[in-house]
Amino acid sequence: MKKAFYIFLLLLVLSGCKSKTSATSQTALKSASDEPAYGDTLIEGTIGEPSILIPMLAGDSASHNIAGIIFNGLVKYDTDLSVIGDLAESWDISHDGLVITFHLRKGVKWADGVEFTADDVMFGYKTIIDEKTPTAYSEDFRQVRKAEVLDKYTFRVTYEKPFAPALTSWGNLVVLPKHLLEGKDITKSELARNPVGMGPYKLNKWTSGQELALDAYQDYFEGRPYINHYIYRVIPDSATMFLELQAGGIDMMGLTPIQYTKQTETDFFKSNFQKFRYPAFAYTYMGLNLKHPFFKDKQVRQAIAYAIDKSEIVDVVLFGLGSPSTGPYVPNTWPYNPNVKKYEYNPEKAMQFLKEAGWKDTDGDGILDRDGKPFEFTILTNMGNTLRMNTATIIQWRLAKVGIKVEIRALEWSTFINEFIDKRCFQAVILGWSIGLDPDQFDIWHSSKTKEKEFNFVSYRNPEVDELLDRGRRTFDITERKKAYFRIQEILADELPYIFLYVPDATPIVQARFRGIKPSPTGITYNLPKWYVPKKLQRHTLEP
Amino acid sequence: MNGSSLRNVFWRRFKKNRLAVAGGVIVLVLFFVAIFAPLISPYDPNDIDRKHVLEAPGIKHPFGTDDLGRDILSRMIWGARISLSVGFVAVGIATIIGMIAGALAGYYGGWADRIIMRFIDIMLTIPTFFLILAVIAFIGAGIWNIMIVIGITSWMGVARLVRAEFLSIKQREYVLAARAVGASDFRIIFRHIMINSMSPVLVSAILGIAGAVLVESALSFLGIGIQPPTPSWGNILTLGKDNIEIAWWLSVYPGLAILITVLGYNLLGEGIRDSIDPRLWDTERR
Amino acid sequence: MITYLIKRLLEMIPTLFGITLLSFFIIHLAPGKPTDIFTELNPKITPEARERLEKLYSLDKPILVQYGMWLKKIVRLDFGASFSSDRRSVMEKIWDNRKPLLERRLFVTFMINLLSMIIIFLIAIPIGISSATHQHSLYDKITTTTVFIGFAMPSFWLALLLMMFFGVYLDWLPVSQLKSMNYDSLTLSGKIWDLAKHLILPIFVSAFGGLAADSRYMRSSMLEVIRQDYVTVARAKGLPERAVIYKHALRNALLPIITLLGLSVPGLIGGSVIFENIFGIPGMGQLFYMSVMTRDYPTVMGVLTIGAMLTLLGNLMADLGYMLADPRIRAK
Repeated sequence: MKKAFYIFLLLLVLSGCKSKTSATSQTALKSASDEPAYGDTLIEGTIGEPSILIPMLAGDSASHNIAGIIFNGLVKYDTDLSVIGDLAESWDISHDGLVITFHLRKGVKWADGVEFTADDVMFGYKTIIDEKTPTAYSEDFRQVRKAEVLDKYTFRVTYEKPFAPALTSWGNLVVLPKHLLEGKDITKSELARNPVGMGPYKLNKWTSGQELALDAYQDYFEGRPYINHYIYRVIPDSATMFLELQAGGIDMMGLTPIQYTKQTETDFFKSNFQKFRYPAFAYTYMGLNLKHPFFKDKQVRQAIAYAIDKSEIVDVVLFGLGSPSTGPYVPNTWPYNPNVKKYEYNPEKAMQFLKEAGWKDTDGDGILDRDGKPFEFTILTNMGNTLRMNTATIIQWRLAKVGIKVEIRALEWSTFINEFIDKRCFQAVILGWSIGLDPDQFDIWHSSKTKEKEFNFVSYRNPEVDELLDRGRRTFDITERKKAYFRIQEILADELPYIFLYVPDATPIVQARFRGIKPSPTGITYNLPKWYVPKKLQRHTLEP
Repeated sequence: MNGSSLRNVFWRRFKKNRLAVAGGVIVLVLFFVAIFAPLISPYDPNDIDRKHVLEAPGIKHPFGTDDLGRDILSRMIWGARISLSVGFVAVGIATIIGMIAGALAGYYGGWADRIIMRFIDIMLTIPTFFLILAVIAFIGAGIWNIMIVIGITSWMGVARLVRAEFLSIKQREYVLAARAVGASDFRIIFRHIMINSMSPVLVSAILGIAGAVLVESALSFLGIGIQPPTPSWGNILTLGKDNIEIAWWLSVYPGLAILITVLGYNLLGEGIRDSIDPRLWDTERR
Repeated sequence: MITYLIKRLLEMIPTLFGITLLSFFIIHLAPGKPTDIFTELNPKITPEARERLEKLYSLDKPILVQYGMWLKKIVRLDFGASFSSDRRSVMEKIWDNRKPLLERRLFVTFMINLLSMIIIFLIAIPIGISSATHQHSLYDKITTTTVFIGFAMPSFWLALLLMMFFGVYLDWLPVSQLKSMNYDSLTLSGKIWDLAKHLILPIFVSAFGGLAADSRYMRSSMLEVIRQDYVTVARAKGLPERAVIYKHALRNALLPIITLLGLSVPGLIGGSVIFENIFGIPGMGQLFYMSVMTRDYPTVMGVLTIGAMLTLLGNLMADLGYMLADPRIRAK
């Protein structure tokens, strides 16, 4: 299951529509008949159905995917991961970093023809911090001390303290059509299933359990999208979805590692589809409960790291589509520190470390023990995630070889979180964090966040890390921030509150007739409105 | 007719029904495989091998390997143990609950009967699979949870059978005689009536085992069956489903195993029923 | 007869009440709260925000109060608002009046189950009769094995094999879902044809699995009847065998089947979880599975209750059919 946090940040990218790299060089290479043309339909397959299309109320990735092409934000990420304007043309940040003034684009229209103004942003902001709004995203906006509408196209926010993630938080969560929602209960609004946005596509028809049909928004402020219709088809079974891809029922889906490496290597797929691959903004880890007597000991944690072959996991579970991870950031992003302690697979060293920590097999049953207690623990993970289950299976098998007995339990998601994670009732877990483009991870590592239901659930405490986390979020100076986050990674790699496992690759596949797709570090769908199908290849000829 | 001649009739009739005999042989073979799994399994079912991932059936791995390079034949053999124990324990629970409920209702009658029958009505009205699905999803998919939940949602048939049997034999001479000499209720229930109602219960238990194997595979398909790495036919088949086009062996073998097992139990159960029930015996004409 | 019917209807009320009570408590026994799904493992949500969510959904009230509140509403067929983030009412998810029939989940599931029941009936009865009259023949063995294979084959596996063969390899039938993308622009006959093409595989899978129970039951019922005295008498009178079977025996052998049809409703509804998921059909089974996985209690309860109501309806219809067919009851 994907984390909403990650999705939110990814959405800033998805909702972006302007491609700065020039399209001319690429079109020049193609024959005249391959020129961009309006028309055709893109059908994407999805396992989960969206539930609500108001971004701030949505909790699942499917909802955010669709809401992301219906609503734009004030800012978004560019393909080089820098922040650029979206609905905001530009912005000024005061010298102390406390005041941000957004200058909004003029003449942007909501899909119902009403002009988009600063009042809409103000309305969205007020709604998200309203106690009565059931949203999970209000935290960043509670840092705001004052918000003002200076004029129709100028919106200003003032922060209590410098807050580095401030700018990027102004994505599409806080832009709502005031003229349709004012004075109404947002939780009961018609807009939840029939939204009015200003993004490149607008919802035409939502058939529950079947599909969401979207039409291109003719007056989209960055120009009408080439593809006339975008259909999001709900197919709950992964095998069925893959068959639909072959039968022509869908044009685009995310592949599993096995589908990417084995099932799509046929001539049929090579001539009919284009595959993409880029690192996802996420990592998978094994978290160890630092309050548990086994894992209090740093040497034991390091022994476990040596006993696990990360490259084996990447090879077998991900079929090589990913990379071993060494810390909570993704390689090739600015906060990522490549020079931290790595733990190459070394079972001898693992056993030696365990021995030094007092673990010996005294009773000869093949399991290490200390003070009469055998080294046995349970790894918990969530149900239905084959990749994590396979990872746990490999770890179980590897640890058995150094004399540690592991049980695996898969739990249904909410039981897992509520009864085990929240209550700190676990020994080890395999989970993933989806990470934002901003490196602030205060909630995950700070020692003040170890209370029940908070996110430092492994109970990690390190005063130096605490200090670095605070320094990192209270300055805008990127070299300062970089220094702080580099040091944090060094400490984490040494102390190993998590055994960092891997960063998976995202592997989407798209039907070959779609052109104009330019993969970037942020994925492929950021320039969806610029995708097109050459006239003679168009398959679905319904006119808008 | 005395006991031994009844038994002879049963055997004569059972042996004539070749499908039932085939079913019996299948069930026996499965028992053998499940009991001797540690001896006949060629590899450790959980041994991972990164160099032999998704290998087609060959000399080294007669049924091929899965996505972690584990030997499918070994996993199938150990899976037989798991899948069959799910069937047995679930049916065991169902049979015990069913016999007790049926006996209480049938023997005592009156309000006990009314309450139990109303409860059975309720249980029969709720789509059982919905109930199993909800409970398993909420309490977690451990092997014991699955056995227990299947058990406590499938006892109603047995209860009805036992109750009906009770109603019909309660008034028979030997029961009345037992009561006349002052035997306790408990003794009457267990010594006399229970033994007589064994045969239909046995048939329904055999069919129930087949049903439980299918329920487990359906739960696996929905991701809440026996959880890997523990092998069950249901979860091997579900894994195979996603790789059906590149690794047929991952779904064909477990699929066939489920099919043959369920078929075997059904044929056996039906055969026994046909052979026991005098109403279905051939007339002289045929 | 009317009084009998009324009596049966009245008897259903406590049953229905029992069903709601039972399922409500079973569902609330389980740990975990629906708000967990909403917050997932989102580092940007605070504990206060979580509690707010829980209050909003009134999960903080005692369980009996929650049940009372819920029961008061379902008397009016109002199952409350779903816990999913759209917070639509459960009834709207199951049966939305504003949508065409094919987009109402209850209708979709009902239609598929009814069609598959009819097909089961039409195939299972003749198979049952003929294998009874030809007991132990080769024909009996082949049909026995075939119907049991249908029962024994995990339905999702069968569905997948059929989808691969007819949907991808031969490309004759659509792989999944209920209608094509251009459905709305089709003529009426085109729509029916489109729907039929989409329904062939799901109904086949559903019916193939259900064949065994009915045909086997029919077979043993028939076996029993043709050994009865009156059939022997009819034979002795010199009536042709066909007349004996179809005029005298069949009528009586069919009676228990009617009850069985009523009883098979919950099984069919339960099976719809599997085939609706694999075929991507938007019905009650799919909705139930989704809401179970997200702990959307109101929807789970709503679907369970409506499933039970459908079964009760099926039983009532069976009773009615039995009454019409059986002169002994009709006379009462």
